[in-house]
Amino acid sequence: MTAAPGTAAAALDRAAREQGGRVLATLIRHLGGDFALAEDALQDAYAEAAERWPRDGVPRNPGAWLTTAARRRAIDRLRRARGLDERVRALEALARRDGGGVHLDAPPADDDDEQLADDRLRLIFTCCHPALSPAARVALTVKTLGGLTTAQTARAFLVEPRTMEQRLTRAKAKIAAAGIPYRVPPRELLPERLAGVRAVVYLIFTEGHTASDGELLLRGELCDEAIRLGRLLRAQLPPDPETLGLLALMLLHDSRRGARADAAGRPVALADQDRLTWDGGRIAEGVALLDEALALRAPGPFQVEAAIAALHAGAPSLEETDWPQIAALYGRLLQWRPTPVVAVNRAVAIAFADGTRAGLAELDALAGERRLAGYAPLHSARAELLVRAGDAAGALAAYERAIALCGNGAQRAELERRRAELLP
Amino acid sequence: MQYALLIYADPTAMPAPDSAEGQAEYTAWMEYTQALAEAGVMRGGEALHPAPTATSVRVRDGETLTTDGPFAETKEVLTGFYLLDVPDLDAALEWARRIPSVGYGTVELRPTVVFDRV
Repeated sequence: MTAAPGTAAAALDRAAREQGGRVLATLIRHLGGDFALAEDALQDAYAEAAERWPRDGVPRNPGAWLTTAARRRAIDRLRRARGLDERVRALEALARRDGGGVHLDAPPADDDDEQLADDRLRLIFTCCHPALSPAARVALTVKTLGGLTTAQTARAFLVEPRTMEQRLTRAKAKIAAAGIPYRVPPRELLPERLAGVRAVVYLIFTEGHTASDGELLLRGELCDEAIRLGRLLRAQLPPDPETLGLLALMLLHDSRRGARADAAGRPVALADQDRLTWDGGRIAEGVALLDEALALRAPGPFQVEAAIAALHAGAPSLEETDWPQIAALYGRLLQWRPTPVVAVNRAVAIAFADGTRAGLAELDALAGERRLAGYAPLHSARAELLVRAGDAAGALAAYERAIALCGNGAQRAELERRRAELLP
Repeated sequence: MQYALLIYADPTAMPAPDSAEGQAEYTAWMEYTQALAEAGVMRGGEALHPAPTATSVRVRDGETLTTDGPFAETKEVLTGFYLLDVPDLDAALEWARRIPSVGYGTVELRPTVVFDRV
């Protein structure tokens, strides 16, 4: 059977996108944790597929075909390198077990679902190792587990392809040279390392969630990938309340994906969102996961954030939201995460719970702190509360300050629009 | 893999050798070294004389530059090192975080270069 060249190319694109990350995870295990060799071999396999699939037909199981082909190319590469006899022998043993060659429609050998999930889990812990820089952890996790190309990864994080290429190359070189292990950490290290993995997964999610530019589609895929990784952690590791909390939080935030921007890509504030377009399935799943987390009775910041998101998701309108509870939860969150964004959100919640004056008093106190004085969201929140308090002059001054400090184009345009509404 | 654990500390933060803290830390170093030896991971290691005894050498454009003092002019200086043979970075990190001066100093981990015999 011979497929039309276009069909084979499309099948290869799809296989790379959907199964590339899994194939890579399996290869890294087969190659004893050699990240760079696994990637090179996979690239070889893609090239071989691009040549053979149009001629011989698309294999029934493209992922298994790519795994076997890449493993064979890895052996070739190792044979060409010198002084690596031991690894070559190990690989040849692997190849013999496969029957020596690449077969179309090869059965998925040892690539059953459970093994695949194990491979991906090991890979997350390697990509999120604390010996790598935070930016490298995030990029490496998205690229290898999400099966993205370097160009796509660069676009997703809004950096030049060359910058991303260097970041990834340096990270892989460090993994190999420094001996970063390819495994799920032992029990005594697991809590600390898992916290690091959660931080990376959440960074991937927020990177996609705060998208406000033309690459919305790809950025949305970052949210999907983060949620997939969250599900993997939940399925493969012993129950952990913060992991459940993280997954719940991502699902609850993601339920509003369609409502957070208008057709032109402009951000839509919570007050103006059409709550009927929120994804009920996501909300129900998030709330159920949060209940599961809370039942484990070990509170943490992700659970508190998820609880806040759940209160918003369950409220019929902005006014009919349980603001006193939300203000209290932000107070709790502040103990774990004493960040400007949490402090400002708490003040806004207090404004809804106890009145505009009470919220303004909180914000004025924060504005007096040196480290917060240059934080744009604080001034835009102040401006909104001053509008509600009837202080137009004060609101104008606060908007001016927020606009001067705001670094995001779409958000600045929105602030300018709101300021213009105040002008006579 | 072999790792060098390079131990940096600010000399002014070190307890005086004849103080109670100094004696306690001395005991901690002895116990730590003993633990490494018993675990069979220690390949070497030395305590170093204070930074003023250091000499740094660089060669630039064929010219040898010899300078008095440690290579970096920071508050923390190299005070000693261990050479360990352990399976991976996590195992080396586990040993590094037990170094007695890690609470006020820094331990830098460096994989050592293994030269293939061709």
